Amino acid sequence: MKLSEYEVGNFFDEMFGENGRPRAAARPLARNIESLPPGELTIRQSAADRALVQAGITFNVYGESAGIEKTLPFDLVPRIVAATEWERIERGLKQRIRALNLFIDDLYHDQKILKDGAVPREIIASSKGLRQQCVGMNPPRGVWCHITGTDLVRHSDGQIYVLEDNLRCPSGVSYVLENRRLMKSLFPEVFAASHIRPVSNYPIRLRDMLEYLAPEEVTSPRVVLLTPGIYNSAYFEHSFLAQQMGIELVEGSDLVVSDGYVWMRTTKGFERVDVIYRRIDDDFLDPESFRSDSVLGVPGLMEVYKSGNVALANAPGTGVADDKVIYAYVPRIIKYYLNEEIILPNVPTYICAEADDLKYVLEHLGELVVKAANESGGYGMLVGPHAKAEECREFAKRIQANPRNYIAQPTLSLSRVPTLVDGRLEGRHVDLRPYILYGKEIFVVPGGLTRVALKKGSLVVNSSQGGGSKDTWVLADNPMAAEKERNDAAGETTAVNRT
Amino acid sequence: MLSRVADSIYWMSRYVERAENVARFVDVNLNLMLDAPSGTGQQWQPLVNITGDHADFTKRYEEPTQHNVTQFLTFDRDNPNSIISCLRAARENARSVREIISSEMWLQLNSFYLMVNSAAASGKLVDSPHDFFSEVKLASHLFLGLTDATMTHGEGWHFGRLGRMLERADKTSRILDVKYFILLRSAADVGTPFDDVQWAAVLRSASAFEMYRKRHGRIAPKSIVEFLLLDAEFPRAIRFCLDSARDSLHAITGTPVGTYRKAPEKLLGQLCSDLAYVNVDDAIADGLHEYLDTLQTKMNLVSGGIYETLLAKRVPEARPAPKEKIQKQKQE
Repeated sequence: MKLSEYEVGNFFDEMFGENGRPRAAARPLARNIESLPPGELTIRQSAADRALVQAGITFNVYGESAGIEKTLPFDLVPRIVAATEWERIERGLKQRIRALNLFIDDLYHDQKILKDGAVPREIIASSKGLRQQCVGMNPPRGVWCHITGTDLVRHSDGQIYVLEDNLRCPSGVSYVLENRRLMKSLFPEVFAASHIRPVSNYPIRLRDMLEYLAPEEVTSPRVVLLTPGIYNSAYFEHSFLAQQMGIELVEGSDLVVSDGYVWMRTTKGFERVDVIYRRIDDDFLDPESFRSDSVLGVPGLMEVYKSGNVALANAPGTGVADDKVIYAYVPRIIKYYLNEEIILPNVPTYICAEADDLKYVLEHLGELVVKAANESGGYGMLVGPHAKAEECREFAKRIQANPRNYIAQPTLSLSRVPTLVDGRLEGRHVDLRPYILYGKEIFVVPGGLTRVALKKGSLVVNSSQGGGSKDTWVLADNPMAAEKERNDAAGETTAVNRT
Repeated sequence: MLSRVADSIYWMSRYVERAENVARFVDVNLNLMLDAPSGTGQQWQPLVNITGDHADFTKRYEEPTQHNVTQFLTFDRDNPNSIISCLRAARENARSVREIISSEMWLQLNSFYLMVNSAAASGKLVDSPHDFFSEVKLASHLFLGLTDATMTHGEGWHFGRLGRMLERADKTSRILDVKYFILLRSAADVGTPFDDVQWAAVLRSASAFEMYRKRHGRIAPKSIVEFLLLDAEFPRAIRFCLDSARDSLHAITGTPVGTYRKAPEKLLGQLCSDLAYVNVDDAIADGLHEYLDTLQTKMNLVSGGIYETLLAKRVPEARPAPKEKIQKQKQE
């Protein structure tokens, strides 16, 4: 297949430089693609698609009739990240998570940052994510946000920006692991020639981190993954992670609180649970503390959590820092707690709660992307340049009715990656979601979920809105180190399978 | 093992076994109708009776024609016991325990489901029904083989076998019941070549024709009943199924075979002893139908008991004391 026909266009392309030649990190892959006979990429792509359907690697789409499963479209051309660039991303993410964790802890204790005026009190007071039930709580080991998926984008200026923090129940990491498995079978020769850092030890890292949270007197803690059940959009991931970690996958009705502990119902009676990796939102976690109509949660769970007899990851209440308005203050939050400049910058953000910004946003709706503060998955969002005048007017009303709930950002020109469309490679816009674990230390998975907007020209990458995914290759600058890391990962994977 | 997980594995196996048995009934009847002397009429009603969904059928279909009955038993999504509904239910159960079963099992069950779905869409059943039912049986066997070869033979596996064997025993008893009932009624056919053909069909629907020949040789109704009801070695005979189910039940509870602590262990043990010591003449002395009816009632009690004692969600009554607490008290 000839790469010379590929059009980079007026965008930042992750695979090709401005001169139209492959970037250094992408050369082995480019050589491999050029050497393939015409049509071979399409053949490999359909092999991958078939494998996904057969394996039932699916997600459910909300709003369609229950039980509709779709596979997340997968594109076989990976996004490649050079070692030096990754090193900066990793430092930036660690800095951000450390600061956000201090911020959450402060909000539920002394609120020094509000007293010092670095973040306005009104913003916090009106945040939907702030849980009065969590005030004064001390999560095990002082960590609130154990698992984070931070969305990054690259603009046409070549700079990487943080687009969003996902501190509640970020999903998608199963696709990172499954995409990599697929890619190894599709491009074994490129894996041999490149030095790609492994992601396969994520489950063991996750399990280690979860065990670290267990109450101190427990010597061999029982860790479970709490899922809302098979109709949840991310059910495949819940089941996959439980399997890969070798832990029990439980639903709320499998657990019961008694005598100050959490127990699970087994065929042999009740067994104690020490750590819960919950993939249920705060609202549904415990009908006695949060929404009383929740049938997904475990009545009395929060009382056990407060007494320290069970650990929850992520801690309840982290959603307060996952607010799109709080996001705008993260550079100040980092400065306040760490006295450092932000390494990975935010996208410039207009806060509709502030009068000047609101005025600007309403006057420039056609140029901006407007987001609701507490929505995810691409819902409650306006992409100005792509919206009809009618939609803009409708959205303006909603903003005016509740300015606190909205932020706006300039429309970014997201970078592109070649993507197989009807047998040809065409550029499609992407973002990147790396995953960060915070236990004894902060660990950033070398890779992440590259989401791609498959519709021509589209900037919306969410799976619920026609997005797909790609594998993400983070290269090692030192081949020897990559080799060692791969061997370690392989060893650890074997160990997981044995347990 | 979580009670919910055990329940899902149990039903996953039962539904796969049920789908296979429905394919067996329909396939054999199709063959039987090809051999039937012209003018004897098509016998499709018994198939609906076997599955016990007679009322549901008459509500939605008019005549028990070949087309109506095959549609009802194969692709009718509103019939909870059609092949497609069974596989949907089996797959839903498997989906909820994907992390417990092997990925090979999941892949096979998912492909099985996709195969039946695409057959439903393609009209393959009309063109080559035999191929389709063979595929269903083969897919079920492959699933069973993968279950045995790739899943640890621990508690979960035993719950699967328990479900499968109870289901199979139930279906064999229904085959025997309905066929026996209908075949004996057509007294004019007794001793005719067609009579032999029909009895052979009974055996074939349980994949028992060749094994029966080896054991008993001539086709004789009483021997066929003996073979399908009381044989200890043929894997679709009721006695064999219930013996296997009992072994799995005891493997799960840890109670030695021959003793009991829980109600279903006692019931199933009694049932197995009955089948071990009864002879076929005694079994049919008061009528085979009556015997099978009692047997089915007892098997239902066993299933109910298993649900009550092992699978149902209970609330902690006697509150379990945490282990750490006990240890600390001892140290003090």
